[in-house]
Amino acid sequence: MGRYLLRRLLQLVPVFIGTTFLIYALVWAVPGDPFAGKCGERRCPDQYIAFMTEKYHLDQNVFVQYANYMKNLLQGDFGQTFSQREISDIILTSYPNTLKLALVALAIEAVIGLGAGVLTGLRRNGFLDNLVLVSTLFLIALPVFVVGFVLQWLLGVQWGIIKPTVSSEMRLSELIVPGFVLGSASVAYIARVARTSIAENRRADYVRTAIAKGLPMRRVVGVHLLRNSLIPVVTLLGTDLGALMGGAIVTEGIFGINGIGRQVFRAIVTKESATVVGIVVVLVLVYLVMNLLVDLLYAALDPRIRYE
Amino acid sequence: MSDPSTASIVSTPPAQPTDAGASTAPGPQSNEKPRGLLGDAWRDLRRKPLFWISATLIVIFLLMAAFPALFAPGADAVNGSLSRSLNKPGADGWFGYDVQGRDVYARVIYGARASIVVAVLSVVGTLLVGGTMGIISGYRGGWVDGLLSRIADVFFGLPFVLGAIVILTTFNGSGSGNSKAQIMGLVIASLTVLSWPVVMRLMRSSVLATKEADYIVAARALGAGTGRIILKHLLPNCLAPLLVYGTIMVGSFIGAEATLSFLGVGLKSPVVSWGIMISEGQQFIRVAPGLVFFPAAFLVTAVLSFVMLGEAVREALDPKLR
Amino acid sequence: MSDILVSEQSAPGTGGSGRPSGRLLEVDDLRVEFRTRDGVAKVINGVTYHVDAGETLAVLGESGSGKSVTAQTIMGILDTPPGFVTGGQVRFHGKDMLRMSNEERRRIRGEGIAMIFQDALSALNPVFTVGFQIAEQFRVRRGMGRADAKKRAIEMLDQVKIPNAKSRFNNYPHQFSGGMRQRAMIAMSLALDPEVLIADEPTTALDVTVQAQIMDLLAELQRERQMGMILITHDLGVVADVADRIAVMYAGRIVEEADVYDLYAKPAHPYTMGLIDSIPRMDEKGQQLRTIKGLPPNLMNIPPGCPFNPRCPMAQPVCREKIPPLLQVGHARASACHFAEELVNRD
Repeated sequence: MGRYLLRRLLQLVPVFIGTTFLIYALVWAVPGDPFAGKCGERRCPDQYIAFMTEKYHLDQNVFVQYANYMKNLLQGDFGQTFSQREISDIILTSYPNTLKLALVALAIEAVIGLGAGVLTGLRRNGFLDNLVLVSTLFLIALPVFVVGFVLQWLLGVQWGIIKPTVSSEMRLSELIVPGFVLGSASVAYIARVARTSIAENRRADYVRTAIAKGLPMRRVVGVHLLRNSLIPVVTLLGTDLGALMGGAIVTEGIFGINGIGRQVFRAIVTKESATVVGIVVVLVLVYLVMNLLVDLLYAALDPRIRYE
Repeated sequence: MSDPSTASIVSTPPAQPTDAGASTAPGPQSNEKPRGLLGDAWRDLRRKPLFWISATLIVIFLLMAAFPALFAPGADAVNGSLSRSLNKPGADGWFGYDVQGRDVYARVIYGARASIVVAVLSVVGTLLVGGTMGIISGYRGGWVDGLLSRIADVFFGLPFVLGAIVILTTFNGSGSGNSKAQIMGLVIASLTVLSWPVVMRLMRSSVLATKEADYIVAARALGAGTGRIILKHLLPNCLAPLLVYGTIMVGSFIGAEATLSFLGVGLKSPVVSWGIMISEGQQFIRVAPGLVFFPAAFLVTAVLSFVMLGEAVREALDPKLR
Repeated sequence: MSDILVSEQSAPGTGGSGRPSGRLLEVDDLRVEFRTRDGVAKVINGVTYHVDAGETLAVLGESGSGKSVTAQTIMGILDTPPGFVTGGQVRFHGKDMLRMSNEERRRIRGEGIAMIFQDALSALNPVFTVGFQIAEQFRVRRGMGRADAKKRAIEMLDQVKIPNAKSRFNNYPHQFSGGMRQRAMIAMSLALDPEVLIADEPTTALDVTVQAQIMDLLAELQRERQMGMILITHDLGVVADVADRIAVMYAGRIVEEADVYDLYAKPAHPYTMGLIDSIPRMDEKGQQLRTIKGLPPNLMNIPPGCPFNPRCPMAQPVCREKIPPLLQVGHARASACHFAEELVNRD
């Protein structure tokens, strides 16, 4: 187990470096003049150029730049925006909002997706099953911006059930619709994976054994069937938490949530390279760590899996 | 990460060719002629209304992309006259006119081409790159496999939308004067670059599973070369799941292209695309909801058709789901 | 040896007779079909057998003969759909289980009738420890506390001769060897002291050396507990030492029923003769193995007349027209062959 963990961690390092380097190079090196359009419409002030060039070693090649950037990063220094704001500050204020939104989305996924999946997995080919199948198809097919836009317009503007945008207090009640929008496609995937998993395991020999033991149906389904069928669902949920945060750009934009996605989009549009790279580094790290945790969770859920 | 074409929808491994009747009906069926997997799947598909509906819709959309004039004869999708700005739907403009007085119906029809061309070419690119990498990785194994897998991890670790935005703003920023074809090429390239790892993993596991199969070992023992084994044995086996995945991916990519255009980093006016129309129309949603509604309806129908077709085929190919 | 009188199989389509007979478990004219996309397979076509306390009935037949489906119907674990019971009764202490409420039936499972499955690896839940799965029954069915249930579960593991039962309690099924797993399965099925134990090919998935040990264990436990046991198998060799009576099944019917000695000495059905002849024998080393020609019938299209007639070396025109009923021949045995009398009376 320890050795497995070590090996996975070692595998994680090159992927982390690769991904962040890719972004770093795209943002800083590819456009040629790193300061072109970086300070809004004006030319960047000479003082800023000199400061940034020194800080990020912009006069050297991209590898040296990246190495220096990472060195600073490991000491917790994400750098500053051109208006001298600490990037770590931006991340610290916006990240909790994104995390909150992602957790709400995850909870909605778990409740709706799992509920629908279990119900239809147990009773296949009924009316409910077809209803769920068709609605999951829709959720998978609809781009997030369409779902968000339609719900915001219908519930917020036309019917006035919700406020069209989320206030800065990020109350839980305000986050339900944005959470659903963010997790809409995943709800469908969870429902389908749960359905397939339940339907496959329902005919498994050990379920038959549990029935033959004279256990009540409640226990056969609730303990023996569910415990096995949940393994792929839980792992999917885990992977999704990492993915949701990176995918929140559109949702946060539509509902005006001051999260990491909105910040990174703003930074991309205003060409604040340092902010873009900083946020992407955090997102990638979270995603990779979540995947590692899911792997370990897998072993906890399925005793047959042994890490050698 | 937020890859709209997450693999789970097609994660079921390729079905082994088994006689579907054997599992349910006990006892050998000596009088039954064994049917092939494909014949079985086709028999199954033919009875599904979902299959026919989606296939018909796809044919219509493809025709729309190839010959838009068939659907909107004489209409002009690019130029408008301001005198008709925001006109309501009526006899001569079925879907009304946008703020610049352009015919929304004509634009929706002409918008199919950009969306579908981008999606189809991205899928072809993704399948080619991912498929090749997957075959090499699965077949060679060892350090090649390790290296390619890590490279795939790098691209897989990028959040999909975020990665596309970064790539596109880098090469297609507000200042760059890219031509229409260049912009489309860039969108196609960024979708491909961010999606090939999924196909590679699919292909790699397919190859690994088939590689050790008895008939492959036998073919190798009989002296068949690597190229021949890949062409004759591995590819045909992996092809069905790849095609299914590709079909679904066309749907996802139509949605992804629209998302990027909506965000203002993908295709740009004067290119006509559903995403651009939705993006332009959203500020007028209170006055003229049709400006958003019609392109969104076409977009959703197109995405749904491809996803539904892929789903129908996948279910037909997977005896377990019957 | 207990009562071996064979009840006459009732005419097709009339359903069970329903009279109480004082038997422990009776299957009476049971009919089951599988409705699939490709058609209806008549899997069980009027099976009648019984088992009493303290005796072992072996049900013998090729795969697809319906022996396992009969057992699943008794247990109430038939997959429905595609399987449907279309007639007959399964009486436990004279009461028809097929007409009981789900709750009544559930109470019989484990306590009245228990079952051992062929492949213990897939029959045991992979994500729970073996101990948990045995103790679960004491906790759910007997309302015992955790500690008591564990103690009883370890006792059960001891009884099936699993070494170091205490330490193996917390092992998962995949950590057991094949034989040990089947022992654990047996321990689980016997936990609630069932009156009838159905063993569905309990040794098929095991090594030959382990097979004998498991059969010995089963026989021993059956004797000690005076259970009725239904041993389902396709292996004549397994049956000989353990069974009191044998029922031979073919195409969803019982074609012969007799006590072990009679059956071996003088089979009263050509199919049974074929089965016995096809056992490899030491004294015939070097000769070609004898087999039964042809294949079992397609259950969606069973040939008219005796279902065995296309493969039968003795087939006559009558065999292609009339289904032979299962009739008593000689002393306490029955055969469903038009020529049963001739077979029994031959020298």
